[in-house]
Amino acid sequence: MAQPVFIAGAGVISAIGNTTAQNLLSLERAETGIAAIKYLDTEHRDEFPVGEVKLSNDELAGLSGFNIGISRTAMLSLIAAREALIDAGINNFASLRNGFISANTVGGMDKTEDFFKEFLPDNTKGRLRKVLNHECGAVTNLVADKLGIRHYVSTISTACSSSANAIMYGARLIKNNMLDVVIAGGTDALTRFTLNGFNTLMILDKQPCQPFDANRRGLNLGEAAGYVVLVSEQIALSLKKELYCTLSGYHNANDAYHQTASSPEGTGSLLAMKGALHRAGLQPSDIDYINLHGTGTQNNDSSEGAAINTLFTGHSPKMSSTKAFTGHTLGASGGIEAVFSALAVQRGLIYPNLRFETPMEGLPFTPETRFSKQPGLKHVLSNSFGFGGNCSSLIFSKL
Amino acid sequence: MYIRAASNISPQNAFGNQPLLTELVEYTGDRLTCIEPDYKTLIDPKLIRRMSRIIKMGVASGMDCLQQAGIPVPDAIIIGTAYGCLEDTNTFLSKMVQQNEEALAPTAFIQSTHNTISAQIALLLQCHNYNNTFGNGGASFENALLDAMMLLHEREAVNVLVGGIDEITANSHTILKRMGLYRRQPISNFELLNVPGKGTMAGEGSAFFLLSREVSGSDWAKIDGVSSFYKPRNTAEIQQQINTFLLTQHVDINKIDLLITGNNGDLKNDAIYEHLQMYDFADKPIISYKALCGEYPTSSAFALWLAVNCFKNGSLPSALTGAKIPVKKVLIYNHYQNIHHSLILLSAC
Repeated sequence: MAQPVFIAGAGVISAIGNTTAQNLLSLERAETGIAAIKYLDTEHRDEFPVGEVKLSNDELAGLSGFNIGISRTAMLSLIAAREALIDAGINNFASLRNGFISANTVGGMDKTEDFFKEFLPDNTKGRLRKVLNHECGAVTNLVADKLGIRHYVSTISTACSSSANAIMYGARLIKNNMLDVVIAGGTDALTRFTLNGFNTLMILDKQPCQPFDANRRGLNLGEAAGYVVLVSEQIALSLKKELYCTLSGYHNANDAYHQTASSPEGTGSLLAMKGALHRAGLQPSDIDYINLHGTGTQNNDSSEGAAINTLFTGHSPKMSSTKAFTGHTLGASGGIEAVFSALAVQRGLIYPNLRFETPMEGLPFTPETRFSKQPGLKHVLSNSFGFGGNCSSLIFSKL
Repeated sequence: MYIRAASNISPQNAFGNQPLLTELVEYTGDRLTCIEPDYKTLIDPKLIRRMSRIIKMGVASGMDCLQQAGIPVPDAIIIGTAYGCLEDTNTFLSKMVQQNEEALAPTAFIQSTHNTISAQIALLLQCHNYNNTFGNGGASFENALLDAMMLLHEREAVNVLVGGIDEITANSHTILKRMGLYRRQPISNFELLNVPGKGTMAGEGSAFFLLSREVSGSDWAKIDGVSSFYKPRNTAEIQQQINTFLLTQHVDINKIDLLITGNNGDLKNDAIYEHLQMYDFADKPIISYKALCGEYPTSSAFALWLAVNCFKNGSLPSALTGAKIPVKKVLIYNHYQNIHHSLILLSAC
């Protein structure tokens, strides 16, 4: 049960790049991906900046190899998952007990929205192929088939913590000796459904967001896919490439406070972080960097800040939210931030929290504002909290 | 691992304290609809008003299951739902399209996420423990079950609440019917499996289970294992998966008293079970459950509910079979559209 799980590969596509290397370069150069809406066909085009992947659906089809007409959620997923798998360099992948655990919250909603325009006025209208892959699970299956994954295919959907739970589930399938290799993470494309949904909650920022800033106004939505390749110790030993790190801790808890709002004291976040530390056998002072959930909403940042303040009293680690670069990518956020965290631990990197200006009242710490290298960095904590009170934390540790 | 209680809102009279399926409910047409209980006795009426149908069904059966088991707060809540909260999704999506993205209300959006049901149960119980939701088509419930069994095995939990739930809405039914999933001509669910044809009948349901690591003395059944496999290439691969599963469970195929299969009356769908029914399980009693609940991605939760009730009663409901079958070991085998296949093995306590 106690055997470690290693991270052997990483792949990400987001507003700041179509590959892991491009994402890393943007993080280093402090170049945000938040911009005016270009690709999403919405009435709110000029109202809200977002973190779009800078490719049209046709370009994504070309890059992914999917046919035009397949959900953007699936195309993003395939591009990042394939990059992660190639990066892992596992020669005998097909002969191993392999799994694909992919989270998402929107499924094929981008196509369903188009379908409904024709379907609602007349139920006999609308092309069925647009809704064929509406379900979250259908998006996962499309990608699993392209990757040739046959042993275990699963989809988790727990709002903004979805990907973190997918990584946790993947790690446990390896620890329970059910699988050898798992590609785990998540994907979500921008849709009118989510943009309008978050707009009704009045938590969208009309300017580029400022996570953990006293004057924060809300979040920018983003779209992305991010995956890590988790391997058992036995597989890790057989690989010739350099591994990123281990997934040393994880924990899932529930805030049980409100369907969409987090508790003021951050009960769920605190339990998730504590639980992850406990599993990793670490003390709060061992954590060198926190990749915050840090959405930029009043509620999340004060709740997460309160929980961190409680847990890390006296020795707050360096921290930042990379959502100022990518936007909040919902079901994908835990996946892309797992990739950023794995890179941080492997290479000793601290990412900047863009646009931070004014410290939040009552918090003795402030996020990092500059990209820096910290060779001694050993443990990184990544937070993913969301609707339904779902709170999950992951810990990545140096080999 | 033990199943201490189960609760089921389904198209049959299954919820609450009543004898097991003494009178089966007949539906004619192309769908079976859940018989919903009076929620007022189960959920705070103030909360009921805000909940959509699937949330009410999920919360009611989840809470009822915990009550029966005498577990006030479980160590984990895990749900499988392929479609999620369809009615809320449909409401928000329809208004968004009709009102051209203007003047929308947040309630339907808030309740449209897949994890709403597990979140609502956690909120009502003030349960801060592990909480997860799988939205994985025909394996959503099986994934939830496996997650629960791993938690028990890892000694992370003693009692876990697991549910499988999906709903039909007017629009989802219209769309799935246009895709050819259901019968063109009206049929009775009593005749569905006897008159094979193209398509099945739609179904829905919400079945919850309390899984425990510890024996309570009043457990309904033991759950030995769950396995799911993805897009098998042929019958031989299905047979191999079943053999491997039984082998890892150290169970001889001859020791299985009853096979519960997911036949749904669709010729192509049922052909997959045929080989097993004719050869591997040729001399075994076999019952098919989808005439009772219809076809939907998490219907294996209904099958599990049926199986654990057979154990609890020590026999099968006479409405299902005339034969007296001693139930000591039961295998459930289901597939959904030949994508996800699953096996659940149960034993008497």
